[in-house]
Amino acid sequence: MIATSGLTKRFGPIAAVSDLSLTVAKGEVLGFLGPNGAGKSTTMKMITGYLAPDHGSVNILGHDVETDGIAARQKMGYLPEGAPAYGDMTARQFLKFIAEVRGFHGGAANLKIDEAVAKTELAPVLDQTIETLSKGFKRRVGLAQAILHDPPVLIMDEPTDGLDPNQKHAVRNLIRAMAPQKAIIVSTHLLEEVEAICTRAVIIDKGRIVADGTPQDLLARSRYHNAVTLVLPPAQTEDVVAKLRALPQVASIEQANRADTSVEITAFPRKGAMLIEEIGALAVRETWDVKELYAEAGRLDDVFRSLTTHDAARARSAAT
Amino acid sequence: MKYVWPVFKREFAGYFATPLAYVFIVIFLVAMGAFTFYVGHFYDNGIADLSVFFAYHPWLYLFLIPAIAMRLWAEERRTGTMELLLTLPVPLWATVLGKFLAAWAFAGVALALTFPIWLTVNFLGDPDNGVILASYVGSFLIAGGYLAIGACMSAATRNQVIAFVLSLFVCFLFTISGSPLVLDFFRDWAPLPLLNAISSFSFLTHFASITAGVIDLRDIVFFTSLIALFLTANVVIVDLKRSG
Repeated sequence: MIATSGLTKRFGPIAAVSDLSLTVAKGEVLGFLGPNGAGKSTTMKMITGYLAPDHGSVNILGHDVETDGIAARQKMGYLPEGAPAYGDMTARQFLKFIAEVRGFHGGAANLKIDEAVAKTELAPVLDQTIETLSKGFKRRVGLAQAILHDPPVLIMDEPTDGLDPNQKHAVRNLIRAMAPQKAIIVSTHLLEEVEAICTRAVIIDKGRIVADGTPQDLLARSRYHNAVTLVLPPAQTEDVVAKLRALPQVASIEQANRADTSVEITAFPRKGAMLIEEIGALAVRETWDVKELYAEAGRLDDVFRSLTTHDAARARSAAT
Repeated sequence: MKYVWPVFKREFAGYFATPLAYVFIVIFLVAMGAFTFYVGHFYDNGIADLSVFFAYHPWLYLFLIPAIAMRLWAEERRTGTMELLLTLPVPLWATVLGKFLAAWAFAGVALALTFPIWLTVNFLGDPDNGVILASYVGSFLIAGGYLAIGACMSAATRNQVIAFVLSLFVCFLFTISGSPLVLDFFRDWAPLPLLNAISSFSFLTHFASITAGVIDLRDIVFFTSLIALFLTANVVIVDLKRSG
């Protein structure tokens, strides 16, 4: 339902987005990841038609965003970065304006507003001016505006930024509930969000896609994928490390001291190997005093760091 | 029209949601009164017409209209609502037109609130109400001209102060382009047709002919085409910034 091909945007000497091609199908929730300045927002601005690309095109359900913009934008809901809204309007007036612009009038408009308000739990603040609302409510006004016309395509730039854990949870539930009927792109730098709601994760760095897969695919790229961690008292450490090293499937071992003086030992597997059963059995046989023992699916932040550039390094490379 | 109306409505209501509208209207009315009675010596003239009242309109507009126009686009850009507005399914021309018409209607409200002076002059004497009506139309057209210029300048920057100063400057040029100050600059080297063209851009000249009581088609065409020109430039500027 969303297809971009060869999207490119330069700001002066800096290529914000280079030759970015993506397709998103109905039912997909695409998590768009990348460090600050990687081109996430720029890409979303081009998809929604706010910025004109230097090269490439965006197609929304058969409508080109540049040449058939009105039709394309009718199919889209967009929550821009920072959820901008007219501060001097009340939430109700603002949503009414959005409804009218989207072609709903009178009773139909009220129905759409009521639905969006119920989904985003805005009812208590509906008649307050937007500038007096808390960050969480402001964000939800932006969200209500984006989903008001029940669009088949939904683009959200950091929908949970600035929300507290309860509000994050509510927004994620909302996105999950809408997901089967829509094609959704969500940008975020909260990695747990990707695991929580996304069916697919795309990592971009310096305007290019560096990874594209299910969150599980990405986790499998982590060096922590299937790694096993044991937590033990310090006295046993040496013996345990020696025994673990002797296992043929163990590639390497790392250890770290915890604040409570116990020691955390992590065994990394050779490619494709599973360690948990073997190490579990070993711990029982050797009667180690194990306080914790667990295997990891992988760490997204680890994958993220290995695939993307640190902002200071990026600034250096842009300057040269 | 279905596109222009919601934008117009939001923008127009926006004026009254903040103190801006009330401050503007009060200052506009007070200034009008002050100029008419103290500078123009309305009573001392002993003539039942409103020519002194209308004579100050272009000069008052010169400062007050850029003040309403400066926020039109610059503020949307600064607060980020520009991104919201331009990604709604509304053609750009309709957004530009809706915003302009809202500002123009607001200026119209302020102008209409000067009606007590019309009542006064009718109470005191027997003025030519046809001339007064024509003058009101002319005044409204001038306000539209200034507003279109101001809207265009506002689209060019995110800084409202810059927008204000730019539109003040451009409006000033249009106001006095028939005067020696401007014409002398061109007289020595510019060909006569150009000189005539420049002087024909003068708001004051067109306004003077309307307040004389004659609504000439040429004056109407002048103001409407000037408005159309600057609104087109407004669309082009906003669209260019999309590529920026």
